[in-house]
Amino acid sequence: MSETTTPPAVFTGQSITKAGTAFQPRVFKDNAARWVVWVGGLGVIAALLLIFFYLVSEVAPLFAPADFKSRPTYAVPGQGKTLYATVEEQGQIAMRVSDTGAVTFFDLNSGAVRHAQQLALNGLTVVDVTEVSAERGELAASLSDGSILQFSHNYDISYPNDKQLITPSVRFPKGEAATAFMPEAAQNLVVRENGDSQMLFGVDAAKSIHIKTFSRSENAITGETTVEVAGELNFKPAVAADLLLVEPLLAWLYVIDQKAGKIAFYKLDGAAEPKLVEVKEAGSEISAAQYLSGGISIIVAQTNGKVSQWFPARDKAGEPYLARVREFDLPGDAKPTALGVELRRRGFAVGDETGRVSVYYATSKRLIHSEKALDTAVSQVTFNPRAQVLYTESVDGKVHAYDVHNEHPEVSFAALWGKVWYESYDEQQWLWQSSSASSDFEPKFSLSPLAFGTLKGAFYAMIFAIPLAVLGAIFVANFMSPELRQVVKPTVELLAALPSVILGFLAGLWLAPFIESNLPGMFLLLILLPVSVPLFGYLWLNMPARVRYLMPAGWEGALLVPVIALVTWFCFGVAKPIEAVAFGGNMQAWMDSTFGIKYDQRNALVVGIAMGIAVIPTIFSIAEDAIFSVPKQLSLGSLALGASPWQTLVGVVMPTASPGIFSAIMIGLGRAVGETMIVLMATGNTPVTDISLFSGMRTLSANVAVEMPESEVGSTHFRLLFLAGLVLFIFTFFFNTLAEVVRARLRKKYESI
Amino acid sequence: MTTTTLDLTAKNTQTVSAYVKSGQPYVWLTAAAISVCFIITVALLFLTAARGMPHFWPADVLKAEYAEPGQAAIPLLVELVSEEEVSTARLKSAGAKLDDSVPFHTRDLVKVANRDLLGADFRYLLDEWIVNRSYPEDVVVLERAEWGNFHGFIAEVKQDGKIVASGAEAWAAYQPLQVRANQLREKLHAIEDGDIGPINAGLEKVRLDGRRLALEGKTKESAPEAYAALDIRKAEFDARYEKVRIELAALKAEMKRDALVLKAVDGTVKELDLSQIIRAYRPNEMGLLAKIGTYFSKLWEFVAADPREANTEGGIFPAIFGTVMMVMLMSVFVTPFGILAALYLREYAKQGPVTQMIRIAVNNLAGVPSIVYGMFGLGFFVYFMGGNIDRLFYEESLPAPTFGTPGILWASLTLAILTLPVVIVATEEGLARIPRSIREASLSLGATKAETLWKIVLPMASPAMMTGLILAIARAAGEVAPLMLVGVVKLAPSLPLDSIFPFVHLERKFMHLGFHIYDVGFQSPNVEAARPLVYATSFLLVLVIILLNISAIRIRNRLREKYKALEG
Repeated sequence: MSETTTPPAVFTGQSITKAGTAFQPRVFKDNAARWVVWVGGLGVIAALLLIFFYLVSEVAPLFAPADFKSRPTYAVPGQGKTLYATVEEQGQIAMRVSDTGAVTFFDLNSGAVRHAQQLALNGLTVVDVTEVSAERGELAASLSDGSILQFSHNYDISYPNDKQLITPSVRFPKGEAATAFMPEAAQNLVVRENGDSQMLFGVDAAKSIHIKTFSRSENAITGETTVEVAGELNFKPAVAADLLLVEPLLAWLYVIDQKAGKIAFYKLDGAAEPKLVEVKEAGSEISAAQYLSGGISIIVAQTNGKVSQWFPARDKAGEPYLARVREFDLPGDAKPTALGVELRRRGFAVGDETGRVSVYYATSKRLIHSEKALDTAVSQVTFNPRAQVLYTESVDGKVHAYDVHNEHPEVSFAALWGKVWYESYDEQQWLWQSSSASSDFEPKFSLSPLAFGTLKGAFYAMIFAIPLAVLGAIFVANFMSPELRQVVKPTVELLAALPSVILGFLAGLWLAPFIESNLPGMFLLLILLPVSVPLFGYLWLNMPARVRYLMPAGWEGALLVPVIALVTWFCFGVAKPIEAVAFGGNMQAWMDSTFGIKYDQRNALVVGIAMGIAVIPTIFSIAEDAIFSVPKQLSLGSLALGASPWQTLVGVVMPTASPGIFSAIMIGLGRAVGETMIVLMATGNTPVTDISLFSGMRTLSANVAVEMPESEVGSTHFRLLFLAGLVLFIFTFFFNTLAEVVRARLRKKYESI
Repeated sequence: MTTTTLDLTAKNTQTVSAYVKSGQPYVWLTAAAISVCFIITVALLFLTAARGMPHFWPADVLKAEYAEPGQAAIPLLVELVSEEEVSTARLKSAGAKLDDSVPFHTRDLVKVANRDLLGADFRYLLDEWIVNRSYPEDVVVLERAEWGNFHGFIAEVKQDGKIVASGAEAWAAYQPLQVRANQLREKLHAIEDGDIGPINAGLEKVRLDGRRLALEGKTKESAPEAYAALDIRKAEFDARYEKVRIELAALKAEMKRDALVLKAVDGTVKELDLSQIIRAYRPNEMGLLAKIGTYFSKLWEFVAADPREANTEGGIFPAIFGTVMMVMLMSVFVTPFGILAALYLREYAKQGPVTQMIRIAVNNLAGVPSIVYGMFGLGFFVYFMGGNIDRLFYEESLPAPTFGTPGILWASLTLAILTLPVVIVATEEGLARIPRSIREASLSLGATKAETLWKIVLPMASPAMMTGLILAIARAAGEVAPLMLVGVVKLAPSLPLDSIFPFVHLERKFMHLGFHIYDVGFQSPNVEAARPLVYATSFLLVLVIILLNISAIRIRNRLREKYKALEG
């Protein structure tokens, strides 16, 4: 502020501001103090700003594009045509099964064969390979004589000389012998396991479907397993059976006619013949179809350059139908030739005839990445179980793999804010449901219901708080006697110090049950109070002057305390008889049956009141300051010209003070939006989008408080919670700054008057 | 300012239209608004006090019968908690069989206690069906270590399985035995906390030292003496533990000696070890003085004892301790840095638009939702800083985190950041109020800027700093949302301050009054039983915070007076 001036040298004989050659402790101290304050002060301010940058740094990866790093291209090792290819968990070794029955494990980087094993086929060939369990690496091969051979690919990890070594092997958990299934080779083999029984699905040359159920029992003493045929069924589907998809839970069956582009949707019914639900047109020829992870959605690659996602939904009558949920466009409308799905997320990759591979994410409807991987059409595309490696193979036998860094595919603007049609739902919805016990669960990351809940809570709180706080501020600043003001203002401001956890507790455990059993009283109070007060004013005016002069001027507020108490007592007293007469003794039941309004005990009304009480002191205090500091000459001038106090207030004081009141409301809004404990305790915390006064909500802040401790660090969920925090931060910071700027200008204005 | 003018127009406003035209109805409405605000404030304080404080009063126990029409009468031995008017329709929808002749019924909430026998402590009963009421003097209320209170009668007192007193003498015979049992229990706690704690800590240290050796690459072959030293230490602790274990076993056997045979009102007989009983009293025979005595003894237990039964009984001492310690740690962090930042902004920075922007930004940070600070604390302090500290200094205990998990240090740092704006703003305000003339006088007498600040400005601004600090403490003490992320737990096994080296355990989790309210009120299995305790806890917290705020306001006012004098 003020510069250190050189003092006259007469006092000490030496200047203290000019550092001489000798060590001068006072100068040193002065400089040291300056440095300490500079560094410390700037450090503290930097630390505060760090909050913002830290939040941004946690959120930023959500919007970073996925990273695909190419590995070398080489010719596919081993002989024969690839029927099945995959990459193990660590992304080091790939495995392929060819039509000759050769299982080849090779190094994904170089193509060098690590292990090769020929399945014992006795001269047969492999027609089709299907996954029995992708997690356990179990496969089933359909042989040319109609039998089935089951085997698994396993990877043992050891650490000789502290270096990781992966040893691949082929095992036969279901026995080395092939099981007879169909009289001729089974095309489109599907194997589903259900406890100890296995259900096999296959298509013969005449395009009819064979279903066979095996039950497996183990002899407890000898350890021998015996396999018995538990059921067998053949049927001719409504469309040509080119592709077959069976739901893992064995409820639905999809039969796909590739040429005609038709999907026949069947309901499986145990041993009985499947019932056709409907046949859908895809819109063009179908080149491939697969189940997405989770076993609910199927994706269908169409030759018109589209990939469509379908799953069973129910119509309004509750009847199931096959819903075409969303559609993905391939770049350049190329004809897709291969599909590959992620094992643990709703991601998939599509290879097309030009050799291009595109990676999509279903829920967020996002094209994550698209790249020309190969020179000829893609024949195989697959992910490793962690979805960190993408494997592509071309029809002319070239392999090209990628290291994939795709952490947050679930996030897109549409998925965060728009309505999304989630699996197992019958329509598009806004949903927030971040986690579940099962890994098959599709996370639902829509911030809309949370933002909606936040605004709803703040809205009702402001409706409650603004009239009370602003009108109260007007009276205290303008009409109240100074002695009373000295008591009332600090008392109301004390409310600001009340911890929100206590307000929340009272709201949840006292106010909510109270309102529930006194709902008519609440409404009655809402009507009667604003009516009775002016009425009392009128009565008071007509009192004999002797009585009126007992009250000093500016004590109206104090006079009203017993009036309000009396009205309140009266309202709650008569409410129950009224409820008994008008609403059959139970207003909630009456509302439900008459208007269909559902009543939650912890609802927006409770939150509005509790949070309103929390923001009243903030708004009151700032608004009162703004009104009180309106220069006195303005209002005195108005009064001197004959205006009534109310006219002076409306015509002179309020226009001058209104920016201050505006900033008070903004700051109150900021507090209501960020309030955590009250909404956490006084609402049911269900993320619904329902504006009703009688339903609950879940706010951004309460959501963070509930879910943050359980969230996995670095996951999409974790970062989305930080995004919620960032949104809150920016929102409140913006409104507070706005309010601050308005107030600063107002102060300047007052000074100039 | 315009207070007297209201009456100027009074004469011609006695008709309704004139009254409305004068604007007075609106004035009355504004008056009503402030009255409502005032009533809400006072009512909130009154509500917490009125609901929490009576809980410790040893209420009379009512003996009666509950005669539901068409069913056999059930004997009752209950405390009346509250009563309310409920409409017949609501009662019927809740399953009561009533006819519609009377629109309302009085419903009582009663504490039946005996949770082990009846399943629940509380019941709703219709007042009109409670008949044959009496208040027998020999009803005894037992506070137990488990299963909540017991209401009943003492039938016999047993020692080593033999009956030593029964009937009317039982109460008198029981009293000294309970004193003995309580002493034994205290002794047991003293051993568990004072002896076993350090032994466990020592054994853990030995284990970690062993892991450290292994991490340093020392094997039993390459460093035999180091491992031998470890073994010796371990054996030493084992021996000490064995000694304490024997002592404990003896004590426990001692405690098992006495028992009470109790009879519930429905005739069920129950035998209870005295070690299971915390306190017993006969409320119906107690005089006012005795009741007051019990009231304060229970109140003291509430403030000074550990919680029991999932926090729904007993005291809240660990929560008080945790709150106080966290707030003190926070003050240590926030005071110097807040003052430094304020000094920088007011005294050293060039006053211009940039400084003004920083000032507004800092000011506005006070309005950022506290949960955002909690997220910052969790992500930055706990995961980032704590994780790195663990990797550097506590490698031997990984993967179990030491500082890489929420704890009191991170909680107080988070709250320090949260309250920094409060301290900065208050201190700055104090600095701004010091008249320029005083500074100039100091400088003109030859003092350096640092000397002026240190000797003149800071002492004069100290009340402002105090105000800032007190406001910060008041805010921190009531803040819960960020703490839920950075270190608060519902039940901490040990305090962050104890007799085990290094005495202050900043990495430990802690309990907090505010979180205690949330947890017991909303996550507790027995909300009805816990509710009065939550009200009492709330009242305590409110009291502390209001006292802090009032003192801050008084300090601020005094400060203003002081500078008025200076300016004048």
